[in-house]
Amino acid sequence: MNIAWNAFTPWHALAGGVLIGIAAAMFVLLNGRIAGISGVLGGLLSPAKGDIAWRLAFVGGLVISPALYTLFFDAPLIQIDAGLGALVLGGLLVGVGTRYGAGCTSGHGVCGLSRLSLRSLVATLGFMGSGFATVFVIRHVLGV
Amino acid sequence: MAAMGSLLAGLVFGFGLLVSGMANPNKVLGFLDLAGAWDPSLALVMAGAIAVGAVAFAVARQRTTSFLGLDMKLPLARPIDTRLVAGSLLFGIGWGVVGLCPGPALVALGAGQFKALVFVLAMLAGMGLFELLERRQSDGASKAAASSP
Repeated sequence: MNIAWNAFTPWHALAGGVLIGIAAAMFVLLNGRIAGISGVLGGLLSPAKGDIAWRLAFVGGLVISPALYTLFFDAPLIQIDAGLGALVLGGLLVGVGTRYGAGCTSGHGVCGLSRLSLRSLVATLGFMGSGFATVFVIRHVLGV
Repeated sequence: MAAMGSLLAGLVFGFGLLVSGMANPNKVLGFLDLAGAWDPSLALVMAGAIAVGAVAFAVARQRTTSFLGLDMKLPLARPIDTRLVAGSLLFGIGWGVVGLCPGPALVALGAGQFKALVFVLAMLAGMGLFELLERRQSDGASKAAASSP
């Protein structure tokens, strides 16, 4: 295995991870819910009464976070190399997949593993495994 | 009150993604590319988040209501089934194609990335497709139940 030491940012990764953990902690301890972003977002498509405001607020917090962040820090680097076709295909797969799988990186990967859920462990191994395989095929088999 | 807690949690979550570099698909793909120059950062993001999360969920498990007095709605134990596995595998393919999952997609959208808008719209369409298929199936099931003797 060839580690990209120049790209590896351990302290930023840990600090950001701790912030994500604090957000998940706030969500469960204040709202009593799992901070699963696909679930919070997907629930807006078949909303129940009294179930809309907190969902919109959470999504809104995520969307406005870069604007607030750049008030204090340098604008973050966000580099999306995928072309339009790949964006549409990838978006569709992430949308359908996270709803059938009942969670994504936040709901299964962070919250689920934090509460030692076996289902979430299986889901996380599943999406990480197919993510590794997909990037392998795209970069090293197709050579895109 | 629940909405205020949500907004704050969403903001902190977004900051976490920005600080860790996980709002950047290029960096996420560096983690998913095991055979290339591998960037292990994402693993440390997960470790940091789970270390804090584990404490919070251990506290939450002991309670029936949140600190705001809302019902504690933790998922019930459910079996590992085909939906979970197939859904997660599909999600991983989409994640690998672009390098975006739902949280970073919303943050990148907020940062004004046009490509993130395309991705989020496609993701919402995918979620909408799921809702449609679910409704059709539950309609079918209730019709079948109504017609059975």
